Formats: sequence, C-alpha cells, structure tokens
Amino acid sequence: MEIAPLIVTLKTALSATFITFFAGIFLAYKVANLKRFKGIADALITLPMVLPPTVVGFFLILFFGKRSFIGKFLLQFDISLVFTWQAAVISAVVVSLPLMYRTTRGAFEQLDKNIIYAAQTLGVSEWKIFWKIILPNTRFGILAGTVLAFTRALGEFGATIMFAGNIPGVTQTMSTAIYSAVQANDYDLAFQWAMALIIFSLVFIVLLNSSKYPHIK
Amino acid sequence: MVLEVSIKKNLRDFVLNVTFQVQDEVFALLGASGCGKSMTLKTIAGIETPDEGKIILNGRILFDSDKKINLPPQARRVGYLFQNYALFPNMTVAENILFAAVGSQSEKIQKLRENLARFELNGLENSYPGELSGGQQQRVAFARILSSHAEILLLDEPFSALDNFLKWRLELELEEIFQSYGGAAILVSHDRGEVFRLSDKIAVMSQGKISEANTKQEIFKNPKTVAAATLTGCKNISAAKKIDANKIFATDWNITLTLNKKIPDDLKFVGIHSNFLENATAGENVFPFEVAKEIEDTFFYIVMLRAGKNLIRWEVQKNLWQKIKAAEISINFPAEKIILMNG
Repeated sequence: MEIAPLIVTLKTALSATFITFFAGIFLAYKVANLKRFKGIADALITLPMVLPPTVVGFFLILFFGKRSFIGKFLLQFDISLVFTWQAAVISAVVVSLPLMYRTTRGAFEQLDKNIIYAAQTLGVSEWKIFWKIILPNTRFGILAGTVLAFTRALGEFGATIMFAGNIPGVTQTMSTAIYSAVQANDYDLAFQWAMALIIFSLVFIVLLNSSKYPHIK
Repeated sequence: MVLEVSIKKNLRDFVLNVTFQVQDEVFALLGASGCGKSMTLKTIAGIETPDEGKIILNGRILFDSDKKINLPPQARRVGYLFQNYALFPNMTVAENILFAAVGSQSEKIQKLRENLARFELNGLENSYPGELSGGQQQRVAFARILSSHAEILLLDEPFSALDNFLKWRLELELEEIFQSYGGAAILVSHDRGEVFRLSDKIAVMSQGKISEANTKQEIFKNPKTVAAATLTGCKNISAAKKIDANKIFATDWNITLTLNKKIPDDLKFVGIHSNFLENATAGENVFPFEVAKEIEDTFFYIVMLRAGKNLIRWEVQKNLWQKIKAAEISINFPAEKIILMNG
C-alpha cells in the first residue's frame, strides 16, 4: 500500500485547517457584529456547505483557471494552480470554512452580551475584549469548529478532484484514492483507505467530545 | 457629580423620551418591566444609542446628536451593574477586579486589596465566578466597578436575580456602598419597596416617558398620576369629577367623597391605599359595601368590596376581620389619605 495519499491528505487538511481557523474566526466575529446585510453575508459564506461539491469545484476552476483574471495574473509569475497541491488546499478551505464559521459564530452569539458590555463600560479596549474575554469564553465552540473543519477537510472529495485532480503522489488524497481504487476494482485498497478515514475522523470527534468544560457554568 | 440626560429613541412599541438631572443622590427610575427604564440606563452607558438628545456627565459630553458626539462606553466612565452581574467567567475574582482596575501596577494591586477587604472577598481571590453564590458575585461586580474609573453607578434591577432573604441582606450592603462611595447612582427597579428604601428621588416611568419625578416621600404620599399611584402600590383607583370646592364624585365607585384639601379643577382620578380604609359606623366619607370576596393573606385579610361595577380592595388585620366579619360592611375613606390625580 502506497503511503502517499495519507501524507497528501494530512498535509492538505492541516494546511487548510490552519487557514480556515483564522479566516473562520475572523468572519464569525465580523458577521456576528454586522448590523446590516447579516443574512446575505451569512448565506454567501455558508453556500459551499450546501452546494454540490462539483459546483464548488467548477467555480474554483473558473475563478483560478488560466482564463480567469487571477489565473492570468498568476501566470505572469509562472504559477498555475489547477491540478496542484495548493489547489487541493484551496478546495478544502472553501468547503470546510462554513463549518468553522458557523460553529464559531454560534459560540460568539451565545456568549452573554452583558459580559462584553460590562467590559466596555469598565473601559476595556475592543482588542483586549476580543483576546481576553471573547476568545477564552468561546474556546470550546472554536475547538469544535476546528475539529469539524479538519475532519471535513480530511474527507474532501468533489471539489478537490475537479480543481486539484487525482494525481498520485501529488494531489491524490485518501478519498480520491478510494475512488481510483474502486474504479480499478481494487476493493481491498479502497477498504483500507476508507477505514483509515473513518478511524481518523472518529478519533478527532471523540477527542472533541472528551474535552471538559472546567469552571464555566 | 451632575448627570444631565435628555434623550429620544424610537423603540418597537413606544418612543422613549426622557429628561432628568441627577446630582449627588440616589435617583430611582421606577416602572413596570418594558417601560424603557433599562434602555435609559443603557443609553447613558453607551451600550445603546439614542436617536437624538444629550447626555452630559460632570460637564463632559457623552452624547450629543447635534454636535455628533457619541463617546464609546469605554470613554464614558460609567459603572454599570448588570442584572446578572456579568462577571468574566474565564477569570478569577482577583483577575476580574484587576482587569478593570486603572492606574499603575502597584495602584491596581492596592485597589484590588482595598476592594477585596471592603467587600469581604478575602479568601475568594482565586475562585471563579461559577463557584460563587449570587450575593458573592454581586459583591465582586461592585468591587470591579469601584476599582475602575466610574464616576456614577448605574444599577439595573440589582436584586431581581436573588431570592428574598439574600435580597434583603444585599440591600443593607448596598446602602453602605452608596454611603461609602459618596458618588451618585441611578437605580432601575420595578420594586417600590426597594426603591423607597434605597433612593432619595424617584422618577416614575411608563411607556417610555417620565410621568412624574419628585422626592420619594412626595411620590409615595401624593402621586399625581395613575402611573405613579399604581407603581407606589395604590390598588384602588377610580375615575373622578370635581363637584364643588370640597366634594368629588368617584365615578367607578359611585360615591361622593368630601375632602379637606384643595381640589384641582382638572381632577381625573381618585385613589386610596387598601390599608388606609377602615371600618366605621358614621362619618362624612362612610359608605356601606357588600363583601364580594375575602382572601386570607399572610398577616391580614384582603376583603373585596363591591362598589358599583367595580371592586375595592381593603386590607384588614386578621383578628379585627374575624370580629366584624359580615355580608355588608361600612367603610370610611379618611379624607387626608385620599389621593387626587390629574393624569
């Protein structure tokens, strides 16, 4: 059994989760504090979660492809994203971001508003409120969002196969490897990768569930 | 300390439109829930923004719609005590206080020590809010405000989350805080007893407006409006008309009352507290009533008397009622206890 899909998957999922983590928290905070256009902003960020992955993949090709504005710009530096490892990361970010964003935003909105108001009236700066009050008090929501985003990135298939392809050793992840194995009638290999994915995802969700809430009511 | 407030804000059900001034005193906003009193506090703190008006604290403009000034809550120096105390759950008692304290590191430590001692929190420094009782949480919230740069205390229903016994103990403590703090405070509450015991001046609010503001004694003794009378505990109110210099007709009760004070021409309502009514055999203001219902309360009986289509509530000592109990009873409306209202 070739180990490359495991490496590619982990590399992709970890990089994607790193980006999703910060982008998700940022978007959650911004949208939670929006006064207008909250619904539209929320819908736009959530869209990749409900669309078929092929639609997401298709638009990623359109957006970053050689004929697009961004694609042409990148070509000047001899960079082409389609069918690269980076494309797999972008796909994973786009589909996992809604999970991170929604879970984190839920945690932000559940936080008692009076706690933030109290800090404001006590003269604490917004920056300090965010880092010392909002983040610590929503850390379980943020952790949950991160785990969900990571497990989603681990299993990403549709957008990845369209935008990054299924190149062994380069962009072939565990989930695309299962697809190839089944097509090649290699059910044993497909089964091995499927089990690997199930075990990975299970471990992370169990870890998440076992994290305790110490002194928070 | 002088706080001047004059604001307007459109709310869902009514327009909040209040004007008042607070000077070194405990000023209470008394009103039913949803009358706009908490919203008023929030606009002073800068948590909510009025549509127009002015808020000036000790000469500093906190908000002025004409001059387009709207200081963020951080710059207002207003101490806000929240109904649920809003302690930071991720910080210990000491961290909560230090987080809000102003000054150099040594000044902050000094303030922490002072306030821990003052609020009898020694030994709890390293506890988290979730481990404290409601009363202890409130004391931490006070310690936190007093360590900050607040120039005025805003108290939003400070006792509503506590049970009766604890409420009373904290009320006693609060009185001490007011005294030792020396500053001014605005107290928002729907509890007339609490307001009477703690404040100097009372503004009665209903539907976003202050219907009446006066010293607490005057508001409780001579409320001028139905809103104030109801909130100060008057349960018997009838529409009324002036008949002559010392007689009025209470329309809802269908009786004519004789008074020994000047009757305003624009008289609209008359009222009397249920415990000021008394059993009597003869007199100018003595009328017979049919007893509609009697309800036993903890220390007295509530006797409902049929007056026209309405009921009058009479609170009477238990042993007295057991002696005079009858299907029909003569009741005196003492002239000096009758409340006259024009709105």
